[in-house]
Amino acid sequence: MLARDDQDSLKRTPLHGLHVSLGGKMVPFAGYDMPVQYPAGVLKEHLHTRAAAGLFDVSHMGQLALRPKSGKVEDAARALERLVPQDVVAIAEWRQRYAQFTNADGGILDDLMVANFGDHLFLVVNAACKAEDEAHLRANLSDDCVIESLADRALIALQGPKAEAVLAKLCAEAPSMTFMDAGPRKIAGIDCFVSRSGYTGEDGFEISVPAGDAERLSKMLLESPDVLPIGLGARDSLRLEAGLCLYGHDIDTATTPVEAALEWSVQKSRRSGGARAGGFPGAEKILAHFDNGASRRRVGLLALGRAPVREGALLFADEAAGAPVGQVTSGGFGPSLNAPVAMGYVPVSLAALGTKLFAEVRGQRLPLQVAAMPFVKNTYKR
Amino acid sequence: MTTTLYTSDHEWLAIEGDVATIGITDYAQQQLGDVVFVELPKAGRALKKAEAAAVVESVKAASDVYAPVTGEVLEANAELAAEPALVNSDAQGKAWFFKIKIADKSELGGLMDEAAYKAHTA
Repeated sequence: MLARDDQDSLKRTPLHGLHVSLGGKMVPFAGYDMPVQYPAGVLKEHLHTRAAAGLFDVSHMGQLALRPKSGKVEDAARALERLVPQDVVAIAEWRQRYAQFTNADGGILDDLMVANFGDHLFLVVNAACKAEDEAHLRANLSDDCVIESLADRALIALQGPKAEAVLAKLCAEAPSMTFMDAGPRKIAGIDCFVSRSGYTGEDGFEISVPAGDAERLSKMLLESPDVLPIGLGARDSLRLEAGLCLYGHDIDTATTPVEAALEWSVQKSRRSGGARAGGFPGAEKILAHFDNGASRRRVGLLALGRAPVREGALLFADEAAGAPVGQVTSGGFGPSLNAPVAMGYVPVSLAALGTKLFAEVRGQRLPLQVAAMPFVKNTYKR
Repeated sequence: MTTTLYTSDHEWLAIEGDVATIGITDYAQQQLGDVVFVELPKAGRALKKAEAAAVVESVKAASDVYAPVTGEVLEANAELAAEPALVNSDAQGKAWFFKIKIADKSELGGLMDEAAYKAHTA
């Protein structure tokens, strides 16, 4: 009965009924009752996404509009730059960029997507952080922006090599978009916000759709034999193979963007010597990490055996002796690699590609090697 | 004659004389999903009842398989170690995990027969 009570307190996305009707195995995730897999199973769902196309419900994520009180989007961008180490001002109209909210210690409060929608910014944040993120924005940006929670919209992702062809049937403009293009598009006559992006390493689209139209649009996309519904299980194995961070696991308030190997996401203009250097929470520590290096780093890890090495496993430099040198933050089995894959933090002296390490699993030290990420080549349409 | 019994942890035991062949049930494999790795006990290992004896891992998670009875491991299924997906295709046949020499047959008293196990998973 406890389980039933818990389930009743869980929130549902506008696609909950569709998940149940498709045979989704529902589990609690970030306060929502979400499908971890469908009857096809995690392995097939994962491989199908890389071979054809997968449809994901990510409506649990937060969608926000940041509207400048001045009417000039640059003012919203400048305001947001007070909270993130990214160059938001330079995001061109109808383009999107990956960003992080940082804290005073240089840690990461959440990671997010920021798009320039002409007269405002459109933000997508993680489900588990969305209430805190919204409060953080209101507390810090209310003088310059109106912060609007777009809670009446669902969010779906169509990912994989067939995504473009499938979406093109309902949205003729879709093929002309390139990676990280974003903006309003009509899909089968429905007013959507579409971006060419995702969380799988594959080409694909993320589609913000009015909640009332979400099921109809999802069913239209699922009509294609190339599209299977994909649950959270395969979403996790796909992003892991793509080397993408999961907030609360691979990045959190104790990791800086430099430690997390996310330097690529911090533009030169915000680094030391840049036009708008610093000016975000934790800038002192984060810029020091840029200038002098951090002592540890997130790396990819490939196990040399068959046993998956999972989150929390301690890492050692030596097979027998010694104290742990780091920890696995995400790990499991990579269906496309047909091998275990993991990522974790190690001292920079042990972060070079090819470095041999050991992970402690059930009392045994299993050999693994520092490896380049993504583990599976991404296929973004640049 | 073979008698098949079940545990509440979703293991099956096929008992012939004082030897039990042990695996996980079809119900358990459905709950686990696609199995990608199994770790089996070595022959000769002495297992106590309820001790973690083997591990079965799906894409998402690792689960322990417990020794349903005390005894010595006689053999592990090498074919299963090489092809863990057998758990999904033939959980109660080819995908047996290990064979154990039962130390004390009175321990079998607490196990379920097929009808009781069906009721347990209903």
